[in-house]
Amino acid sequence: MTAPTSTSTDPGGSGDGEATGAPILDLLNGFIAELREAGLPVSLTENLDAMEAISHIPLEDRNAFKYALAATLVKNNAHWRSFETVFEVYFSLRGSKYGIDDDSLESDLADLLDEEQQGAGDKGEGQSGQGGGNALTPEELQQLLYQAMMKGDDALMRAIARQSVKRFAGMEPGRPVGGTYYLYRTLRNLDLDSLLEKMMEQSREKAAEKGEDLSPLEERLEQDEFEHRIDALKKEIEAEIRRRLVADRGIEAMAKTLRKPLPEDVDFMHASREEMVGLRKALVPLTRRLAVRLARKRRHNRKGPLDFRRTVRASLSYGGVPAEPKFRHPKPHKPEIFVIADISGSVAAFARFTLMLVYAISGQFSKVRSFVFIDGIDEVTSYFEGVEDVTEAVHRVNTEADVVWVDGHSDYGHAFEVFHEKWGKEIGPKTTVIILGDARNNYHASQSWVVKEMRKKARHVYWLNPEPKSYWDTGDSIVSDYGAHTDGVYECRNLRQLEKFVEILN
Amino acid sequence: MTDYRFESVDAVREGLRKVDYLSDEGIAGIVYLADRLQKPILVEGPAGTGKTQLAKSVAEMIGARLIRLQCYEGLDEAKALYEWNYKKQLLRIQATGGEGDSWDDVEDDLFSEDFLLERPLLEAIRAEDPVVLLIDEVDRVEVETEALLLEILSDYQVSIPELGTIEAKQIPLVFLTSNNTRELSEALKRRCLFLHIDYPDMEREKEIVLTKVPDITDNLADQVARIVRSLRQLELKKSPSVSETLDWANTLMLLGIEQIDAETASSTANILLKYQTDIAKAVREFAADKQGMKQFAPGPK
Repeated sequence: MTAPTSTSTDPGGSGDGEATGAPILDLLNGFIAELREAGLPVSLTENLDAMEAISHIPLEDRNAFKYALAATLVKNNAHWRSFETVFEVYFSLRGSKYGIDDDSLESDLADLLDEEQQGAGDKGEGQSGQGGGNALTPEELQQLLYQAMMKGDDALMRAIARQSVKRFAGMEPGRPVGGTYYLYRTLRNLDLDSLLEKMMEQSREKAAEKGEDLSPLEERLEQDEFEHRIDALKKEIEAEIRRRLVADRGIEAMAKTLRKPLPEDVDFMHASREEMVGLRKALVPLTRRLAVRLARKRRHNRKGPLDFRRTVRASLSYGGVPAEPKFRHPKPHKPEIFVIADISGSVAAFARFTLMLVYAISGQFSKVRSFVFIDGIDEVTSYFEGVEDVTEAVHRVNTEADVVWVDGHSDYGHAFEVFHEKWGKEIGPKTTVIILGDARNNYHASQSWVVKEMRKKARHVYWLNPEPKSYWDTGDSIVSDYGAHTDGVYECRNLRQLEKFVEILN
Repeated sequence: MTDYRFESVDAVREGLRKVDYLSDEGIAGIVYLADRLQKPILVEGPAGTGKTQLAKSVAEMIGARLIRLQCYEGLDEAKALYEWNYKKQLLRIQATGGEGDSWDDVEDDLFSEDFLLERPLLEAIRAEDPVVLLIDEVDRVEVETEALLLEILSDYQVSIPELGTIEAKQIPLVFLTSNNTRELSEALKRRCLFLHIDYPDMEREKEIVLTKVPDITDNLADQVARIVRSLRQLELKKSPSVSETLDWANTLMLLGIEQIDAETASSTANILLKYQTDIAKAVREFAADKQGMKQFAPGPK
């Protein structure tokens, strides 16, 4: 694969700033349009700021360029990843260090690799002494990689990453497969698991030479260090694959395939593992924000009765005229929450998030009780009691709760019936009931009278459905049957919608 | 147009290093840009990563006075911008009560500079000497109060109905910090450059420890940084911040420890971590053999 040399030239390096000004502007416009496509709110002023910012930055300094754009365009840390991806796509072929035909790798070892990479092509001259075996065998490459990783030699690591992509990914122009496929092929050949193993062994041996064993702590630290290095290698490989794909397919096409939803827009039902991790991280600040907001809303919403003492005190400022009446703070009304969650199959992730969220802000409620069901139903409130770590409690819910009655397929009707029998009486006028599920009942009886009963007694009954609205009431979904008896059915597919709903609770 | 405070990004970085603040490229770059674009910086990030310290260090670097506005719920105009000194005004009225002053004179007099109480924002705008304005924890004020700041942040001016508009004598560097307890308004964000300060990577943290903790050995600093990095990878309620790392390093120095083993780490973990469950988790991690754990851990493969 040959690189399109026209795009890989350094934009600001040659000094004719006027000539390269226009293409940069075009590129930047495309870049900002893509950011908006990806969901980042970039306003016109921010766009102008970005233009001004880069005029103060030497263009050949890629990092400075990146930070200048980030500071003016990205105003929310959760959007950083999206920004970075788009940036990589748009500017990956720019800057001397980042072109594909890289001739200037630093160390000698890298040179060796580099020469091999260029094959018998444009850069065969100069390096004497390496004449014979200029094609490294895979084993030698492995060995080299191992050395680079042991030493933490970044430059060499980068060179090897490129080399291995070139060699193992088997990339062909125009081949319609995703980057993950190439990544998989490259990583399989490098066999990083056994590399880690080997590195650990090596450091154990080293310690043994000195006549001591690695303590568990040291071992752990070493391993963390190596894993860190291997992660860096993986990232480098990914970046290299992306660079090559961009060169092959063009910027717009790549940007489109790489476009990923922002964490708050990720669909619970179809989140990948990586996205799940992102979701979990996004959940923590979200709960903090929600808790603050709910508490504030309560404090400022209504005014209590007149506070006579404070009014008189304030009147002294105005010469005894009570110009500024003061009021007592109202007693906060704290709802009691019952969460009834379907934890079968694909809905489980959604239930988990909602439970985590509700418990994380449980300080805002007078009491939270939770029930989970598939076809049987079980109370799991005790799992959360006195636990500081909600994640662990949720894990226990998923593994220990007794929720299977017959066959482990969702049966809302039966679960509701049992709920009514056992706990129905405990629903009072202060209770808000939240039911989580897709209402896919496998054609069992709906028993929607239970929900009706609940509503009679409870303050509110809400239903959260993690399915898109267009799927409701298709197939075995009977959400309207239940929904008719609730105060509202809400589509709740991502964090944004979940956050919106929680605000209704107060 | 005007002369800039900083020559280049590297100059900022160097300058900050001289006042013992180790910045990375992003931080230095944005401080540099803030000066060039004359825009405020909104600094966000976990607690204890040196957000406030950044403002202080920049002030120290350029030899400016730091004016600080600590935000809190219920902050209002009278405490952030300016206030009329009504007690003095009352005195003024009473003092001239019987004599022949016409009311017009008194009125003009009442709303003059003499009766104006400066609050931090106005003070920063009117300052003659170089100042750095720090608006700390801006996320604590209500959304409505945020609007107070907008005029200052975009135009560097304050409008006082009785006096007219007061424009800045010189454009101060402005830092706003936020702990992200709520989403700031778009209007505010749009006017600022955004800087997210995260936990530093291992090398930088080690350097920070080396500069801030006197007499610490390279070896110990390295170990401290490594352990803290490992801790941050765990799922904790509150990850150790830089300031806690420094506290820990200081403690180790006081205890005369030169080599951290699992036992010392466990017994001093309460300095790094503030929740009992976190400490328990960390102690378990320190002691456990990770290889062994992996075999029993649930999960794929």
